[in-house]
Amino acid sequence: MLLEVKNLCKEFDGLRALDQVSFSAREGEILGIIGPNGAGKTTLFNIISGIYSPSNGEIFFQGKSLLRLKPHQISRLGVSRTFQIVRPFLNLDVETNILVAWGHRFYPSLLKSIEPFRKVEILEEVRTIIERTGLQPYANQPTKNLPLGIKKRVEIARALALRPRLLLLDEPTGGLRFEEFVQLMALIRQISEEGIGVLLIEHNMQVVMDLCRRIVVLDHGSKIAEGPPEEIRSNPRVIEAYLGKEV
Amino acid sequence: MVSGYLITILITITIYAMLAHSLNIITGRAGQISLGHSAFFGIGAYTSALFYTGAGLSFWLSVPLGTIISGIVGALLGIPCLRVRDDFLAITTMGIVFVVEAVFLYIPFFGGAMGVGGIDPPKWFGREMSKPEYFILLLIVLILLLFFDRRLERSWIGLAWSSIREDEMAAGTMGVDIVRFKVIAFILGSAIAGLAGGFYAHFLTFIMPQNFGFGQSIVILCMVVFGGIGTRWGPILGAIILGILPEISRPIMEYRTFLYGLLLVAMMRFQPGGLLGEESLLVKFFNSVGSSVRGKRIIKNASRS
Repeated sequence: MLLEVKNLCKEFDGLRALDQVSFSAREGEILGIIGPNGAGKTTLFNIISGIYSPSNGEIFFQGKSLLRLKPHQISRLGVSRTFQIVRPFLNLDVETNILVAWGHRFYPSLLKSIEPFRKVEILEEVRTIIERTGLQPYANQPTKNLPLGIKKRVEIARALALRPRLLLLDEPTGGLRFEEFVQLMALIRQISEEGIGVLLIEHNMQVVMDLCRRIVVLDHGSKIAEGPPEEIRSNPRVIEAYLGKEV
Repeated sequence: MVSGYLITILITITIYAMLAHSLNIITGRAGQISLGHSAFFGIGAYTSALFYTGAGLSFWLSVPLGTIISGIVGALLGIPCLRVRDDFLAITTMGIVFVVEAVFLYIPFFGGAMGVGGIDPPKWFGREMSKPEYFILLLIVLILLLFFDRRLERSWIGLAWSSIREDEMAAGTMGVDIVRFKVIAFILGSAIAGLAGGFYAHFLTFIMPQNFGFGQSIVILCMVVFGGIGTRWGPILGAIILGILPEISRPIMEYRTFLYGLLLVAMMRFQPGGLLGEESLLVKFFNSVGSSVRGKRIIKNASRS
């Protein structure tokens, strides 16, 4: 099993953001995570990536516990992510953004980290990531001037430079134009075909239904359903969570 | 022959340039504000002074020792600074300078308010180094530091610093060990400030706690911001301009601080990135001059052929 989440709980000042959430994800699988606003989806990502520590519960990545690991240690193990509200390094160009993540194999050694980072071999490899994510026209532009859709792709490119085994995508399609949207869907599918596990938080039901074979539904911090899209679509608890109870 | 007055100013400016450069590593490159930089200037000055006067070590040993100890203390004092950010970091580092100044002032070992005297200028080839020679030594050290800075900026360390400066949380999830790289910045910045302190002690031959107070921290920070934070040459230019300013404004002595303040306010209003920073009018001006000269040359060559 690639990722196992067991009885995960998170409290913020007495407020339960996550309550006994358990699920697992396999290599090459796109697991959809859906739920109304405030269901705890982003909190879940923040815990898996080590930004928050859970109040209770366990997380195993390839059998290794992620609890008490710092974000950089988790990312070096092969878990990378994007942010719902994009956080590229705004004053660095696209190529340099990707290089930051590429450096994860140099940072642990003091001797290696004083090497210059713009080396031909490295730039070539970064170029393949840039091409894959369709960022060629923007490679040397400062990220702050780019439109949202491109910034989102920069985040994915950066996450891919970590050579992840598991990729956490937090609403990657939000605010995209139709063609960008179609390209992104194809990219996500391609990533999973390489054997990378993908956790996908998404509000767009079309995306989730198309890409995911399995979906986890959160509501008010609890898992209320898990299963294939067809089943989720007709699950009364899910319909209730989204639309409210019938009077 | 260069006058003694001029050489004194040149040496002072070179020491300030080293200080501004060292603060730029912490604040410019790694993005960690520090209002306590003069503490490390002081630690370097006091350690090398005491190693010289107390332990009888030569200038060539006491100054490197001051540098190393300042770097170690920088690492230790950097640790409480790792957990705080922005305005809290500013207050914490401010606290450091008050503590260090108080230690120098109230612990008799450090000479108290009387400071430490009897520090001699360095000797070489069996005689005392002259002031112009000392200036050249400092200049060479500064140039070496700037070469080292260039190397660092282009290294993975420099890249990691940029990412921390831009967005600490995102940097962490991209595999950057935030604590490690912040500590590296604190160690290097503090050590170089300590080096400048050692040079300062052997230049003044007499040091007092007041030389390393909070006001001094602000002066160094002003030089960095004025010249262009995060650039290689900005802090150097800032040190030169703000170092010369008090000298050329001697005739209007009373208005000196007024002028100083006015300049900084105008700078923040019109060039917040500093003289050589982002959107720099100075850089734009030189670029446009450069390109128009190049343009004319091209036209000339074209008309010739």
